[in-house]
Amino acid sequence: MKEIRAEQITQVIRDLCIEANCHLPKDVQNAITGCRACEPFPIAQSILGKIEENFSIADQDNVPICQDTGLACVFLEIGQDVHIEGNLKEAVNEGVRRGYVEGFLRKSCVKDPIDRVNTGDNTPAVLYCDVVEGDELKITVAPKGFGSENMSQIKMLKPSDGLQGVKDFIVKVVEEAGPNPCPPIVVGVGLGGTFDKAAYLAKKALMRPVDERNADSFYAELEKEMLEKINALGIGPQGFGGKTTALAVNIETLPTHIAGLPCAVNINCHVTRHKSAVL
Amino acid sequence: MEKRITTPLTAEMTKDLHCGDNVLISGVIYTGRDAAHKRLVELLEQGKDLPVELKDAIIYYVGPAPAQPGQVIGSAGPTTSYRMDAYAPALLDLGLKGMIGKGKRSPEVVASMVKNGAVYFGAIGGCGALLAKCIKKAEIVAYEDLGAEAIRRLEVEDLPVTVIIDSQGNNLYEQGRKDFLAMEK
Repeated sequence: MKEIRAEQITQVIRDLCIEANCHLPKDVQNAITGCRACEPFPIAQSILGKIEENFSIADQDNVPICQDTGLACVFLEIGQDVHIEGNLKEAVNEGVRRGYVEGFLRKSCVKDPIDRVNTGDNTPAVLYCDVVEGDELKITVAPKGFGSENMSQIKMLKPSDGLQGVKDFIVKVVEEAGPNPCPPIVVGVGLGGTFDKAAYLAKKALMRPVDERNADSFYAELEKEMLEKINALGIGPQGFGGKTTALAVNIETLPTHIAGLPCAVNINCHVTRHKSAVL
Repeated sequence: MEKRITTPLTAEMTKDLHCGDNVLISGVIYTGRDAAHKRLVELLEQGKDLPVELKDAIIYYVGPAPAQPGQVIGSAGPTTSYRMDAYAPALLDLGLKGMIGKGKRSPEVVASMVKNGAVYFGAIGGCGALLAKCIKKAEIVAYEDLGAEAIRRLEVEDLPVTVIIDSQGNNLYEQGRKDFLAMEK
């Protein structure tokens, strides 16, 4: 049994909020640089160059890559042999509060969806907890911007829609989003489970590095095929035309009901941020 | 081609701005996004004066990050414009000549732009750190309670934007994609 104090969790989440918002993961940086080298359309090349310049400035100056520093999505993988001393949810929210206030990050959370008064400190976090084996606590902070979140969709496909239905839906979502979610995008797909679980899987898929394919070779191939199809649409960086519409398609799956084929597509912008730590 | 303009943006100037032009904007522009637009249009509906003069003005759809010590403003890239579509025609009718944002606009907004001789510019979404460097002065002029969504008066120098929809209604999102797909054939 390992003891972890709530205050330790707060401190780690504070730091992860700031780091995730100012330093783009290396895999995403490399993907953007790689795409610029392969991009045949001049205006698209030039925009990818500006995007690289932007994440370099953010990295050097410790400033947010994007002003939309997101809703703070926090994923906890709690080892079953861990004991947390103190209030876990309060510790998480206090970490987000300190990170967003002390880190000069934008507070983008409104308390009520209709009334829309800003909470002033970007809390509460969107918190997901999973219980795993072991005596470690893994914390991931993934600030999620809403330009891309707003372009995400879910569809309860029929089993008879099959693989083709899934492919068509993914392409349709990206095409309808067009320039709005700040392409080049990362496409997270959740297949299976229930209505809610498919959406969760799609979000979780965005945590996987863009250069890592699904461990199952069937889905790894499907990811590659969907990326090719999306990049043949011609939307391009910022929607000004070009080959680089998406950096990656990440698919996660779960068993589902005999009557269903839930398919959720969660879109992320080129500022696909997440940062993890283990206690 | 690259063009330099200094605000105010007149109807005479917007005629020379064409879909696909890269433009460097200098001078005074105002920020405004969802909540501020809602309040502005509510004031208009009540027949009241607005807190800012919009004739020949440019509104930048942005909710900046807070300034760190020593900074004028935090990261300040564009937000998605379609959320302002419900409000934009009323402001264009008051003489607003430019909007800076990203993403698609509704047919109603485009029709109002053509009628009023206005231009829709795109700044690069997700490049807030880079774009903030062009902002030399920032002060809140209305709705301070809205935080990031307050209306700010910005003084900008060579803010890089691209004309997405010009005052004739030509659209770079349609043209750019068409040109790329034609090149690939």
